[in-house]
Amino acid sequence: MSGASTAHSVVEPSAATKRIAAFLVILYAVITMVPLAWIFATAWKTPPDSIAYPPKVVFDPSLEGYCNLFTTRSRQTQDYIAELGPPQGTCDTVTRQREMVIVGPSNYVPRFINSLIIAFGSTFLAVSLGVFAAYAFSRFKIPLKDDLLFFILSTRMMPPIAVAIPIYLMYREVGLSDSALGMILLYTAVNVSLAVWLLKGFIDEIPREYEEAAMIDGYTRLQAFFKVVLPQAATGIAATSIFSLIFAWNEYAFAVLLTSGTAQTAPPFIPTIIGEGGMDWPAVGAGTTLFLIPVVVFTVLLRKHLLRGITFGAVRK
Amino acid sequence: MAEIRVESLYKSFGDFTAVKDSNFVVENGEFFVMLGPSGCGKTTTLRMIAGLELPTSGRILLGGNDVTFKRAAERDIAFVFQLFALYPHMNVRKNIGFSLKCQGMPQREINRRVDEAARILRIEHILDKSVSGLSGGDRQRVALGRAIVRQPMCFLMDEPLGALDSEFRHLMCGELRGLHDRLKATTVYVTHDQVEAMSMADKIAVMNRGVIEQFGPPQEIYAKPASMFVADFIGSPPMNFLHFHAGLPRGAAEARLGDVVVQIPTLHEDVAPRDLALGVRPEHIAFDDNAPLRGSVYGSEYLGTTQIVTVNTPFGQIKARTKSTGEVKPGEKVGLRFASSRLSLFDKVTGRAVRSALHQGAAHG
Repeated sequence: MSGASTAHSVVEPSAATKRIAAFLVILYAVITMVPLAWIFATAWKTPPDSIAYPPKVVFDPSLEGYCNLFTTRSRQTQDYIAELGPPQGTCDTVTRQREMVIVGPSNYVPRFINSLIIAFGSTFLAVSLGVFAAYAFSRFKIPLKDDLLFFILSTRMMPPIAVAIPIYLMYREVGLSDSALGMILLYTAVNVSLAVWLLKGFIDEIPREYEEAAMIDGYTRLQAFFKVVLPQAATGIAATSIFSLIFAWNEYAFAVLLTSGTAQTAPPFIPTIIGEGGMDWPAVGAGTTLFLIPVVVFTVLLRKHLLRGITFGAVRK
Repeated sequence: MAEIRVESLYKSFGDFTAVKDSNFVVENGEFFVMLGPSGCGKTTTLRMIAGLELPTSGRILLGGNDVTFKRAAERDIAFVFQLFALYPHMNVRKNIGFSLKCQGMPQREINRRVDEAARILRIEHILDKSVSGLSGGDRQRVALGRAIVRQPMCFLMDEPLGALDSEFRHLMCGELRGLHDRLKATTVYVTHDQVEAMSMADKIAVMNRGVIEQFGPPQEIYAKPASMFVADFIGSPPMNFLHFHAGLPRGAAEARLGDVVVQIPTLHEDVAPRDLALGVRPEHIAFDDNAPLRGSVYGSEYLGTTQIVTVNTPFGQIKARTKSTGEVKPGEKVGLRFASSRLSLFDKVTGRAVRSALHQGAAHG
């Protein structure tokens, strides 16, 4: 305490406090980044380097992980490989050095596309449904409003595994197992509760006068909703979209139980990449690295909104 | 522009009746103010005229058309909100033109009308600014611009000056009235501030607990209050009440407060013996050592040209507004003389004014 007059001051923290805070933030960032950094590094190792003991921190980078991720290969004799024409591209070269040839593409790209369709589809659906429901809960008198809101939230209270088997049986019955539509519906159902609760908070903070002004200006309630409320709720919609997308993108338990073939998403696929004599860690690392990109890009694009969003309207009034 | 007619309007929220049997007519081109304390139902009435609330029963006619259950969008009215409700994601020009865009007006015509409105309000220089950076006064003008650009049947304003600081509020009062005189638009204005109401209104409705206590021009409201509530709500300081018990016949011209006889305007109705209150405005009291009503000075507030002297009397504490020249000291005994023709008599049970000569003839005094 430098003086009595500033005992409860809200002025700038001291330089020492700032330095300690910065140190702690950096420390936290480093701790959380280490596993990610290890994954990035592993993607650029050769399979022998990736399982070397003691672990190699310095290594010769190789594209083998990425090549293995996108291809399926078969082992051939040296004579057979020698008879082939010159290698076409880097991957061909890398593969032949291991006495193998590329026989076709792997399933990574279709699984990745499945993930994109299912995660973005369910996010779009959950947020659209959520914003309408949140608006209704925020603005209208609804019988049993509080009970309904609690009921909606309660769908998130149990672990996925508790409902996985009933859902599996239901989906098999109605023909939704292993389909993108089934996964979109499932993730939407899970995310819509989050969306309703988050968005209701944001919409509650938008004064009703804006819609009333628009309605007096000649617009219908629906038009007023689209022209006045939605732009005001952009922050909340962005934040909710990111949370929904992250959930749907990373979801593993339902995906591994309910998808196996055509609709399989990337999370259950990546751990199944097996090379010769064990896991193909560089390929797993490469698959994980690429898998992070869409969420990172989406979050960076909406970052401005997210920062305002997670402070929950503390800024705007 | 149009006349607004409200007929036996009721509005209940559950058990609570916000507006009870409201009846009034706002003539074409009139500046009408609904005045009352918060929660008196004035804003609810305004919102029903706007179509933002539906009445429980009753009728609302705008320019002769029954609009009671029509949507706000179909009523051709403009509403100025207390906190302005300027769309934060649009600039000033878009805010003002938003209603015209809805009507599908060509952009060129919208621009012309917006420019015209901006010229009237002298806000041309901020048309392309974002509304979030505007000062309170400029926001107020943009909100007015949004209203006048549509040339609606009438303007409804819900405490539009409530968010401004007091100095600026006074200035805007003048601007609003000036604007009304130029546009001659029927205006319904809601406020709890009697100064705003008195200085701008052609007609005032004083509301209390969902009921219109009195409807009339400001002069009449001030000089001939219809109830104790109105007498107490209007005026600063408000009307004084001297409490006494008496029965008075029709035609009586004096009231007996204990031993003191006070001349009053001739009564036009019989008053059975009951608790009464004699109402007297502070400026209708003069100090006169020969007057039979006596009291002792409790204190005084100096206001420049006048002073407010508080006097304790056997019938209650009263405040007199006198010239600031003659100095009075606390504890001093004074005689009080009233301007007899200006006195009001109230039935304390019902709060209603007893009809008397005060209510006859010209309103002014």
